[in-house]
Formats: sequence, C-alpha cells, structure tokens
Amino acid sequence: MIVTELKTAKNSSMAACRRCHLLCRISESGDRKIIDCPRCGAEIHQRIPGSIQRTWALVIAALIFYIPANLLPISITSALGSSEGDTIMSGVIYFIQSGSWYIALVIFVASIFVPVLKILILFFLLVSVQLKIRWRPLERTRLYRIIEAIGRWSMVDIFVITIMAALIKLGGLADFEAGPAAAYFAAVVVLTILAAMSFDPRLIWDSMEDQHE
Amino acid sequence: MHNELLIACHECDVLHRIGRVPEGDSAICRRCGAVLFSHKKDSLDRSLALTLAGLLLFIIANAYPLLEIKLEGLYQATNLFGGVKVLYSGGYWEIALLVLCTAILFPFLELLIKLYILLPMKLNRRPWKMISLLNFLETIKPWGMMEVFMLGILVSVVKLLKMMTVIPGHSLYAFFVLIFVMAAGTASFDTHEIWEKAGDS
Repeated sequence: MIVTELKTAKNSSMAACRRCHLLCRISESGDRKIIDCPRCGAEIHQRIPGSIQRTWALVIAALIFYIPANLLPISITSALGSSEGDTIMSGVIYFIQSGSWYIALVIFVASIFVPVLKILILFFLLVSVQLKIRWRPLERTRLYRIIEAIGRWSMVDIFVITIMAALIKLGGLADFEAGPAAAYFAAVVVLTILAAMSFDPRLIWDSMEDQHE
Repeated sequence: MHNELLIACHECDVLHRIGRVPEGDSAICRRCGAVLFSHKKDSLDRSLALTLAGLLLFIIANAYPLLEIKLEGLYQATNLFGGVKVLYSGGYWEIALLVLCTAILFPFLELLIKLYILLPMKLNRRPWKMISLLNFLETIKPWGMMEVFMLGILVSVVKLLKMMTVIPGHSLYAFFVLIFVMAAGTASFDTHEIWEKAGDS
C-alpha cells in the first residue's frame, strides 16, 4: 500500500456534501456550516458538527432506556382469566425450554445482543476518537459499518409484538397485549440508529493525518 | 459523460480521481474500502420496472389479510394496519407511529417518489420539485424496514404455530416477493447518476 501523503477533502480546502456527495471547493475550514450545497441545498461542513457530543448524548440516552426495556414486561399474555407479563429475557428462556431454540436465538440476537453490541462499539469508537488513538483505523471503520448495518434488525421484536397483539384477540380465551417495556425498547432502537447516523467515521482517520503534520 | 470525476470518500475523506467505471463495476476507496461510486447496469429501466412491480405488490400486501388464526372455533385475521390500530387503541401510540412509519408509510413513499422521479426521466423530462423530493427520499430511506418486518412475520408464525392453527393470507405471499423486489430496486437505483441529473438544470 502507498503510504505517501493521501490528499483528503479536508486538507485540500474542499468538502463533500453528506447528502448528495457533491464535492465543493471552500474558503474556510472547520466543523461550522460553511455554505449550502449548490446542488441539494443541505448544509456543507467538513465534519458533522458536534458529532462526538451528539453521539455521546444519544448513546447514553439509549443506555438509560435499555434498563427499563429489559426489566419491565414487554408483552402481557392473558388466557382463561389469568394474565402474565414477559420480559425480553423470560421470553427467550421460555423458547429455549419449549424447544424452539431458533426463535430464542433470533430474539436474543435482535433484542439483547445487537443493542448491547451497538452501544459498546459506539462507546469504543467515541473514546478512541477523543483520545486520538491511531490504532487500526481500517478495523474501526469496519466496526462502524457493522453497527450501521445491523441496527435496524433490532426492530424485529417490535414487529412481532404488533402482529401478535393484532391476532391474539380471542376474548376470554386468549389475549395478547404490548407491555410497558415495548416503548422503552423502541426508544433504544431509534436512539442507537440516530447515534450511528450522527457519528462521523471520518473522525477516525483525522488522527492519522494530524501525525503527518 | 464525465471523463474524470473528483470524489471524496464519505467514510475517510480521501480524494479520488475516478476515470470511467465500466458498467456493473464499482470504485472502491483505496484507504478504507468504502464503495465510492457504482456504475449500475441499465439502471433507469430496471429501477423503473422494479418500482412499478413494488407498488403493485405493496397494494396487494396491505389490502388483504396477512395471517389468520383459528383456536377452538374462534377466528381472527389481520393485516399490518390492523396491528397499528390495536397498538394505538391500547395506548401505545409511540410504537404504533413507529411501526406505521417504518413498515407502511416510508416504504410506500419511497416507491411513490422513485416512480415520480424515474418515469419523467425515462421520457427525458425533468420531474417538478426533483431536488426537494430527492432530499426527502434520502431522509426516509434509512427508516424503511420492510425486510425486518418480514423476519418479524416469520418469527410470529413460528410462535403462533405452537398454540393454534395459522393460515397464511394472500398478502403474505405478496410481502415475500415484495422484499426481493424492493432489495433489487434499491440495488439498481443509481443515486449518483440521479443527483447528477438533478444538478444540471
């Protein structure tokens, strides 16, 4: 690989529009809004303004909502007069015990593993960018791509609850309702997706250039 | 046709000068490996056809029952919108709104806007308000979650089968095909070329 000076938009007085990817020549640099994109009208910055602060805020908010999302019941099933609340984890355990390990696996991965993984990776990326660590930028960019791609799959449980709540409406015989954790869980999913969107992966590479100067 | 194009990687900011990319190929960032630009094969015709097919399937998928259940003589059928209504009347308006947007509204708008943009382009005309609509399309695109919803249906069916009889509705088949049509539609839609066209006014 050629390790000679790679020109970036930032050190060539240019900036790319984040929405339509048009490359513009600019007179000043920094994270503030410089101009509006001449093609699509979006604000052009060299880096997303306040990316680190905003991502931190969203990750911390997601982490806080993650607690009630796991402790409160996510669904309430009533059959023949008795009703029972299920948390995400008790649902997973129920499916392991009743032999449907693949359902247990889908719910465990989508509802427990993926949100935790996203929060941990974002923590790691934020800390590594703030400490200007030069360790393996390529692998860190890959981690960013992973969380960007898998975040949406956490919505699976919300869709399952929607379908079950609509179908299991059999009067006194069987009834299925969403529980209070569902709203918290939906908030975790939305907040982690927003956090991944507000993180600017170019910050990972900026510390590589700083050292050249 | 551009002979050379200057482009900055959206993930690591390195500048690239790209010559002609052959049809069906992509230009990859030399530092971080992100896809900078792909020259889609036969993009306009393919995405127009897939968008039309997608709209048709979308209407079928939402007009007919998705799943039906039977338990001791009782019967219940629903489609996705029924699920949204149940959540809303149960007091979970936030989740109802989220499901409405991610599984119904945004995928539908995505298809409609694509048709609105692609059809005039096919006829060599410039769609009215093209830039605003493209901006709106870029905003809603990450929030359309049709394929995740499909997985949700599969998980629900397996869960329900343990307790009762489940009958797949007509719309389930339409949904299944729709996922593939939408994925192919996204893959054939050449965002770069469309923004270029939007830019020359």
